[in-house]
Amino acid sequence: MITDLLGAGLLDTLFPNGIGRYAVGGLLVGLGTAVIYLGTAITAGASTFLESTLSYVSDRSRFQQYRASRDWRVVFTLSIIAGAAIYALIYQGEPWSLSGSAWLTEVAPWRLFVGGIFVGVGTRIGKGCTSGHGICGVGSVSRTSLAGVVTFLLVAIVTANVVAALGVTP
Amino acid sequence: MSRHPLFLPVIAVGGLIFGFGLGFSHMARPEVVIDFLTFEDFGLLFVMFGGSIVAGVAFWTLSAAGGDAPLTGRRYTRRLKSFDRNVLLGGSVFGVGWGLSGICPGAAYASLGVGNWPILYALAGMFVGAYLQGVWRSESTTNTAAVPSDD
Repeated sequence: MITDLLGAGLLDTLFPNGIGRYAVGGLLVGLGTAVIYLGTAITAGASTFLESTLSYVSDRSRFQQYRASRDWRVVFTLSIIAGAAIYALIYQGEPWSLSGSAWLTEVAPWRLFVGGIFVGVGTRIGKGCTSGHGICGVGSVSRTSLAGVVTFLLVAIVTANVVAALGVTP
Repeated sequence: MSRHPLFLPVIAVGGLIFGFGLGFSHMARPEVVIDFLTFEDFGLLFVMFGGSIVAGVAFWTLSAAGGDAPLTGRRYTRRLKSFDRNVLLGGSVFGVGWGLSGICPGAAYASLGVGNWPILYALAGMFVGAYLQGVWRSESTTNTAAVPSDD
């Protein structure tokens, strides 16, 4: 009985919002990846879109190497936006209400922009992001990806805690 | 290069499920990611491991069975990238950005979908960052005239 209570307390502490949304959401992210893989054998990551899309406006060799995949990566990204929009229409605010379904972050714009620059540089140099390394690479049990995930996870934990300790909120 | 007519539709269906999942998992909200990184809510672990297990089952069974994908003719293989110091260097830079902003590329696209327009700041930053490293690496790999340029 006491261990039950302790267990429940620990779960509440570690997962104050429960685990359902995370587990179900994660399974769906994996399912989307699996559907694309089943049809195409492509292990789709999200961050290559940044460079492949730049090939439309820049002749740099670094971007042009992604020319062959740039159109489907645009389709992939637009579908991600659309899928998330369907989620928002159903679960955020009044169901299927266009006006009341938006959710807005309170994280400061400078954090989003400056952080975004680091994300843009780092994911491309590091050969992948949370979907490429984190989902596809971990799923493949790739040692390169596991090293990448551990690296960005540890650095992100340090960074977020330093930022919080400096009193930057949100 | 002709493609199977179902190639783009399958990409779109996969992307829709992927994006819906990112919305459902709340990863499209930078606050939730920052809560994970500061030990307030460990739910993100379920997203990453749940997703990688499902994807991993598909990768391992199909690549073990052999054969080619019906829509591309590509061989089923796992995602195995070569390891070098760029993985650690880039991962560290990405970690700084992820920890500062709470957003990564896929989640940023999904965040736009949930109506979070301020995420455009992050997306703009990501394109700037991807462009900067592309310019830098195009120059360091093409080995063209080493004349300094201001453009």
